[in-house]
Amino acid sequence: MKKLALILCLFAGGLLLMNAHYLPMWGDPASPASTHVSPYFIENAYEHTKTPNMVAVVLADYRSYDTMFEAAVVLAAGFACFFLLRSRARGKKGGHHYYRHIPTGVTIKIEEGGKLPAENSKVFRSIDALWTPYDPIIQTTCRCLIPFLQIYSLYVLAHGHYSPGGGFQAGVVLGATIILLAISHNLKTSLKRMSERTAALWSIIGVFIFAGTGLLCLLLGMDYLNYEVLAPLLLSDEAMARSHSILIVEVGVTMAVMAVMVWIYYNLSSAGQQDEGL
Amino acid sequence: MDAIPYFIGKYNYWGCIFLFFLGMYAMISKTNLIKKIIGLNIFQTSIILFFISASFKHDATLPILMEEHKGAIDPVMYLNPLPHVLMLTAIVVAVATLGVALTLALKVYRIYGTLEEDEINHAIQSH
Repeated sequence: MKKLALILCLFAGGLLLMNAHYLPMWGDPASPASTHVSPYFIENAYEHTKTPNMVAVVLADYRSYDTMFEAAVVLAAGFACFFLLRSRARGKKGGHHYYRHIPTGVTIKIEEGGKLPAENSKVFRSIDALWTPYDPIIQTTCRCLIPFLQIYSLYVLAHGHYSPGGGFQAGVVLGATIILLAISHNLKTSLKRMSERTAALWSIIGVFIFAGTGLLCLLLGMDYLNYEVLAPLLLSDEAMARSHSILIVEVGVTMAVMAVMVWIYYNLSSAGQQDEGL
Repeated sequence: MDAIPYFIGKYNYWGCIFLFFLGMYAMISKTNLIKKIIGLNIFQTSIILFFISASFKHDATLPILMEEHKGAIDPVMYLNPLPHVLMLTAIVVAVATLGVALTLALKVYRIYGTLEEDEINHAIQSH
């Protein structure tokens, strides 16, 4: 099997290498990719939308259908993880589950109907009297870093019209801060800050903002996601209306991406149980 | 055709083709599901690199309009924004699909207690 795979890969790779002379040279300005639709985007993006960042314009205006369904794909992935892992397996396996208390490293078995002691209760310390505090340097550093990272992600979102940035990047940075909290402290701490229900709601609201903007354009008598018609609502001319709509849409993308990243992490890291401190 | 400028002028494609088939080989020949998922990610990375290298032009800058060019815009001055957009979304979707793939692997591990493909096949057949 391995030899067959190697032969297959070498054969197909050889075919590709033989046909590489059809491909344009590295950095050729006259290559097909740079001569058809791309000059139109570069020449007209600023005139149409008053937004210097052409990537944001193509992302949220010219190709907004693509971006909307990408956000829907991300949402679907979040739901897939949720439905696959968040089963009621606990009820089937005799009703008990395990919980690891991070500060003391004590793992306890909780019987059916048993109550989990509070995070800071004396029960764990009485079980393990010789405990030492768990990673205080990492916890303190992350606690100091997280607010700045979150402000930076909002900057990436809000300044996406004028510099590299936008909804997807901001969403990933924002999601990473919550995941950083979960890694440096434990899952319960970050669940307290952002519960699973919040994550699910935010992801749905994010996609809804995007789709709702398109629907609003449809209701006002234009094509789906044709932002020009929103000009009277946004108190601006048509080009500025497109610029503002790009921001609205990117806020939706940020919310969806951030919430889905966090949601997938919650489910994957705890195998759907979400009570074991990781 | 001069061989050396030809090979140097297309070095991005050699890298992409190498990564492409590295990922494909891992996906076909490895029996561990996690290694297969890593192969899938190498595969995706090669496609992303291919698209991004297609957007590159010599003597061009980022596709963000500069203040002094707002009157007359020359497309040769700016990189092609379209591949950047496509790959921007593709990276995020790749992370989401990676999450789903790991979820499925976790589910398989829960049921069969292993991630080796041949052992899983054996367990299915002996049922």
